[in-house]
Amino acid sequence: MFRVDAGSGVPIYRQLVEQVRRDLMLGRLQPGAQLPSVQEVVDSLAVNPNTVVKAFAELEHQGLVVRRQGVGTFVAPSPPLTSMSASPRLLGSLARWTDRARQEGLTEEQIRMLLEVVLDGSTGTDDARRTAGGVA
Amino acid sequence: MRAALRCRDLAHRYGRDVWGLRDCDLDVPAGRVVALVGPNGSGKTTLMNMAAGLLPATTGSIEVVGDTPQARLDRIGFVAQDAPLWPRMRVGDVLEIGRCMNPRFDAQMASDRIERLGIRPRSRIDALSGGERAQVALTLVLAKKPELFLLDEPMANLDPLARREFLGSMFEACSGTGATVLYSSHAVAELERACDYLIVLRGGHVRLVGDIDDLRMQHRVIRGPVGWLDRGGWDVVSEQTMAGQTTALVRRDDTLTLGPGLQDASPTFDELVIGYLVDGGTARPQEVFA
Repeated sequence: MFRVDAGSGVPIYRQLVEQVRRDLMLGRLQPGAQLPSVQEVVDSLAVNPNTVVKAFAELEHQGLVVRRQGVGTFVAPSPPLTSMSASPRLLGSLARWTDRARQEGLTEEQIRMLLEVVLDGSTGTDDARRTAGGVA
Repeated sequence: MRAALRCRDLAHRYGRDVWGLRDCDLDVPAGRVVALVGPNGSGKTTLMNMAAGLLPATTGSIEVVGDTPQARLDRIGFVAQDAPLWPRMRVGDVLEIGRCMNPRFDAQMASDRIERLGIRPRSRIDALSGGERAQVALTLVLAKKPELFLLDEPMANLDPLARREFLGSMFEACSGTGATVLYSSHAVAELERACDYLIVLRGGHVRLVGDIDDLRMQHRVIRGPVGWLDRGGWDVVSEQTMAGQTTALVRRDDTLTLGPGLQDASPTFDELVIGYLVDGGTARPQEVFA
């Protein structure tokens, strides 16, 4: 379930924490689900066990997982995160929009840039539209 | 916090005026996987050899797991560069010598590991490939069950799969027993996964030491039009100017504000290491104790 992008600006333990958060928000991980053991993560990623322990400790600190001594690490019964699983319509329209963008010849990188431009342009969409026109 | 390795004002002088290592102050906490990084001739091997009890301190002191290296030889697992082993001996005999000379030697584990790696106990050391020889040396050290592993470029001769396998064994040794690993390497890209503690040496001096995540938190990479560095009072580690843009690794200082047109990011592991390896300023005392 984990991937590591060594060489990115994000420390590896942070990457692991973010991946669990994302899977929780997307509903891929449900309350009560068991996470892999430290040893399993170490074996599959060839990362240092201290890094994995640190990631799990951070997840526990955030209240997202609970550790049961000798049993394993589990997703907390009610993790303090807003799940996104309740918005299939939103996902669907984003998927349709992405398809259209691809049909218009935008690369994945350009699509990401557009999304960032729209997210950053909190003052209004005019800026976003202008920039978007430039990118396209 | 128990220190696996502690150096105080440690130095070693080779010739009349040739210092392998100077003013070295280090505390490596137990249980860490430590990357020892530096250009050739920066003092990595000197430090390793002193920690292994093979080189005397010219001045200062060095402690391994709470005592002098000489008093702790049974707790140290050292593999020198190129994994030197007696070339005309057979693999099985090398392991047997390891068993006879080390009271805690796990002979079963050693022969199992050799078998798993497909190395024949009857093979002579000089008939092995560089990678196989490295594996035999590492097996000896793993079976000794040390508290401090000292590995001088242990993976230089290993192919990518063998490197992974080796790291796995190393991690297993650490998480099982709380052992500390100090290992030197030039393969900076590989170290981020493998290590959680960093020592950067340059010109015989310790330039940076600490927990890798902490060190990344304590630095920023800032980029902007040439000249921005002259304003603002940043504590610069190193800088580089290209195409009218100056990029600098600086020590983080939240009291300073970024001017307009400056981009600010957290350093990648490479940026942090390279920033301290390049010739970009003189070592200051606070770096040594950072």
